[in-house]
Amino acid sequence: MSAHPGPPDAQRASAWDRPADLEKDPALVPEPGSVDVPEGLRREIEDAMARYPDRHSAAIPALHAAQQVHGWCSPEAIEQVALVMAVTPAYLDSVASFYDMLENHPVGRHSVYVCTNISCSLRGADALLEAIVAEAGEDPDFNVRAFECLGACDIAPMASVDGVYVGPLEPSDVTQLLDDSRAGRPVLPDKQLATRLVADPSANSREFPLHPTEEGSP
Amino acid sequence: MSEALLLKDIDEPGLNTLATYEARGGYASLRKALQKTPGDVLVELEASGIRGRGGAGFQMGKKVSFLPQGSMDKYLVCNADESEPGTFKDRELMQKNPHGLIEGIVIASYAAGTDRSFIYIRGEYAHQADIVEAALAEARDAGYVGERILGSNHSLSLHVHRGAGAYICGEETGLLDSLEGKRGNPRLKPPFPANQGLYQGPTLINNVETLATVPAIIELGGAEYAELGVQTSTGTKVVSVSGHVQRPGNYEVELGVPSREIIYDLAGGPLEGHQIKCWFPGGSSSPVMTADDLDVPYDFDSMAKAGSMIGSGAIIVVDETTPIVDLALKVAKFYRHESCGKCTPCREGTNWTVKTLERIDSGEATPMDLDIMASVQDHIIGNCLCVLGDAMAMPIGSMIVKFRDEFEAHIEGARARSELALAGAGGNGRANGEELH
Repeated sequence: MSAHPGPPDAQRASAWDRPADLEKDPALVPEPGSVDVPEGLRREIEDAMARYPDRHSAAIPALHAAQQVHGWCSPEAIEQVALVMAVTPAYLDSVASFYDMLENHPVGRHSVYVCTNISCSLRGADALLEAIVAEAGEDPDFNVRAFECLGACDIAPMASVDGVYVGPLEPSDVTQLLDDSRAGRPVLPDKQLATRLVADPSANSREFPLHPTEEGSP
Repeated sequence: MSEALLLKDIDEPGLNTLATYEARGGYASLRKALQKTPGDVLVELEASGIRGRGGAGFQMGKKVSFLPQGSMDKYLVCNADESEPGTFKDRELMQKNPHGLIEGIVIASYAAGTDRSFIYIRGEYAHQADIVEAALAEARDAGYVGERILGSNHSLSLHVHRGAGAYICGEETGLLDSLEGKRGNPRLKPPFPANQGLYQGPTLINNVETLATVPAIIELGGAEYAELGVQTSTGTKVVSVSGHVQRPGNYEVELGVPSREIIYDLAGGPLEGHQIKCWFPGGSSSPVMTADDLDVPYDFDSMAKAGSMIGSGAIIVVDETTPIVDLALKVAKFYRHESCGKCTPCREGTNWTVKTLERIDSGEATPMDLDIMASVQDHIIGNCLCVLGDAMAMPIGSMIVKFRDEFEAHIEGARARSELALAGAGGNGRANGEELH
């Protein structure tokens, strides 16, 4: 089985293996005005809070929004969310350390999640991951991670590149995949899940071409 | 397939927009339902016999009827945290027919008497969440969601909530904690969510596919829907087929068809020149079946009688090129990673199973380790707050039973190889490292 690049174990809080500073007082809910929050981020968090009967429910959307701004759930990002949501930083840390998509370490701007779960690994995901790590593993712009089932076993082996699902991938696709991502172009347009039809044409009441992208129309 | 309900028109360009969905008869079921009383809609749902499509297979109508009457805050939560390895049906339904799901939610909320609802979509499905949100905005503007829907007394606020990557949030109480903004740890049951769920209020939780079927049930009538499928597993089911098959994808079948038909006729059977070694009938949590079990009818009870389950409806086919130890290790590592750590049998059991499998793989294990590993599985099942631990113990346990010979041969082969390696390149070990995978 292949090595797991990226954080050693995302389920654990950052710095879990370093002793806590017991001299330090626990951080309280930040005083209003004590932290500068970018206006857009504040608005996004407040909008999220308005959707729920209890403001705590906005924790994941708020942390996600802060991660978009800061690149990861940095102490600064956590402070800003804590101020707007009026919760303690520790509460947000407990949430951020639980979920795989919330980063507890600085990571590259472009995320490449390679599914290495059963269905994808049966179709060569481990070799694909190796190929991607070999090309982008050292590149600070990329956050390459082995990921659990991404729910796209029909295009196995696949990856989610900045949130866009592409597959089935061959190791020979890797260079273009990374170039597209670097250049901000759509990643491997003919391999994107968004344009794929269901596998069974007879499931449809009308005839549709099985691979519309081959004819050039998405 | 002529009986397609969910995948009917699924690839029609623009089905995700309100105009096309309405042109295809969309929201007619909602109008029809709103002319009945909530009680009559519930009667239709119960008559349909539809069982939950998320994994547990509990009757949906019954679940709705468990919600207490009265005017307290009640919630409907749509579980779109599809994370079971091998499952991708909800993704397809949300991406291509989001209005079908929204219509189902509005009808179900009417029957259940809830006026607040959330769709919990896994964070990885960003594209699908965007599509559902866009559809929701259209539905709000058209008056299908919001205050006094279509002039009736029914109101519903509906929001999309995106998760952030955690398998455990597909477990209903883990999902509720996550939706409340906490770590997604499952809760002790009882109380069940129907009595005390989201924000302590009575909560109905249903899978995407279950809710997306509701408009079809109302259109056909519960009794007619129940004619589809077999007696205790009514209706059609979208089955995700993946792994070593020629045409992986989603296929809609009537429940009760022979599994062979799904794997061979629809998905094209194993890859050229290979045979089926084993297959998971219902995602990686289901006990594995072998090529001898291909004629088991694909429905809830037949599969349970055969010792497995249809779970979320995800068939993963594995051919003879994959060593069983590799497969077991992949499964066990997934559950170790996803265990939330709240209860001991799961947290420790998944970890020790991985360690034992690694020993087997590296040649440090003895056949006794197989028995120890099997007993670990027995001690997980039924001893946890949720079924995540069971979800590893069931497939691993079944692999040990059904492929014991291969495990033992692997142990012997790996030991012989490691002894050879220890003896050095020139050494002459006692076995000549018989050919194994």
